[in-house]
Amino acid sequence: MEYIIIIISAVFVNNIVFAQFLGICPLMGVSKKISTGIGMGGAVLFVMTIATLFTYLLMHYVLIPFDLKFLQTIVFILVIAALVQMVEIILKKVSPPLYQALGIYLPLITTNCAVLGVAILVIQKDMNLLQGIVYTISNAIGFTLALIILAGIREHLELMNVPKNMKGIPIALIIAGILSLAFMGFTGMV
Amino acid sequence: MNQFKNFTKGFVKENPVLVLLLGLCPTLGVTTSAMNGLGMGLATTFVLVMSNLFISAFKNVIPSLVRIPIFIVIIASFVTIVDLVMNAYVQALHAQLGLFIPLIVVNCIVLGRAEAFASKNSILSSLVDGLGMGLGFALALTVLGTIREILGSGAIFGFKFLPEGTDGMLVFILAPGAFLGLGYLIAIMNATKKS
Repeated sequence: MEYIIIIISAVFVNNIVFAQFLGICPLMGVSKKISTGIGMGGAVLFVMTIATLFTYLLMHYVLIPFDLKFLQTIVFILVIAALVQMVEIILKKVSPPLYQALGIYLPLITTNCAVLGVAILVIQKDMNLLQGIVYTISNAIGFTLALIILAGIREHLELMNVPKNMKGIPIALIIAGILSLAFMGFTGMV
Repeated sequence: MNQFKNFTKGFVKENPVLVLLLGLCPTLGVTTSAMNGLGMGLATTFVLVMSNLFISAFKNVIPSLVRIPIFIVIIASFVTIVDLVMNAYVQALHAQLGLFIPLIVVNCIVLGRAEAFASKNSILSSLVDGLGMGLGFALALTVLGTIREILGSGAIFGFKFLPEGTDGMLVFILAPGAFLGLGYLIAIMNATKKS
């Protein structure tokens, strides 16, 4: 039951994009087509889960025992940057089709604040490892959901007569605002 | 004159948020009031100036193959300094900004200026560029924060101008207001740019 609450609250109630404002840059950048949205979502799910696993272990078995908590930001971002590189190299060798699908999105992920944000949030909320992993996966699903909804709307928008100054990012932000209003309807569900 | 242009380009012409569309996450996340926007803007300005300064000072020593990780370490160090200093002296603001202080590390503006400007230019130009860009970022955040605060809670910088017992439109303080506010702000910028 506890895990179901974590999942629902991370995917819908506190959606990482529409309620916590993490990962807006990739959201605006790759939400032009549904297919790229799915690719990016998959890459984020993959990297985010591994990143949380590593940063959690590092925090609880290295940084806290040695009283080095103030190094959190530096260590986390380095771990994430290194992981992204490593995942890229391993995927290229082990699973070329998966690399083909996710490859171009991987370098973009280092600067995706959602990855670092979730890793820090898991530490801040004092979760245990399993809760942290479930929380991370649900957040990645929430991110993918937001990306796909927005991409679906933007695909239709191509055919619409949008005012000249609103084209591109402004209208996408306003749509995100309306979607965020819709997601507020989930408040109070858990 | 050249340095002056370098300094002011970040305010309007190349405003990092409204024109270059970098660093949207903190822009949306912290602008619930003008004060929060300003605080976040100044914290980012400090990181931007210091990292630009250090990167341009060491640009001849940093091997270009591993420059990005080195930039990130330099930036992360200054973010940690800001984080600790703010926690010690302005704790209320630090609590309000919360997660977004450590997330300055992944703010595209900082790494973007390091890569595009500081690693190629002299120390003085990089310093001026960092200061201009940082203040432009702070300006955009303060403007958005002010708009949201006026509409959402009927106040400017914490001074309430609505009569007692009336409230603003709460939606502008909540998440949707951030998206709507920024969307219209960028649209207005586009309109003024073309005319």
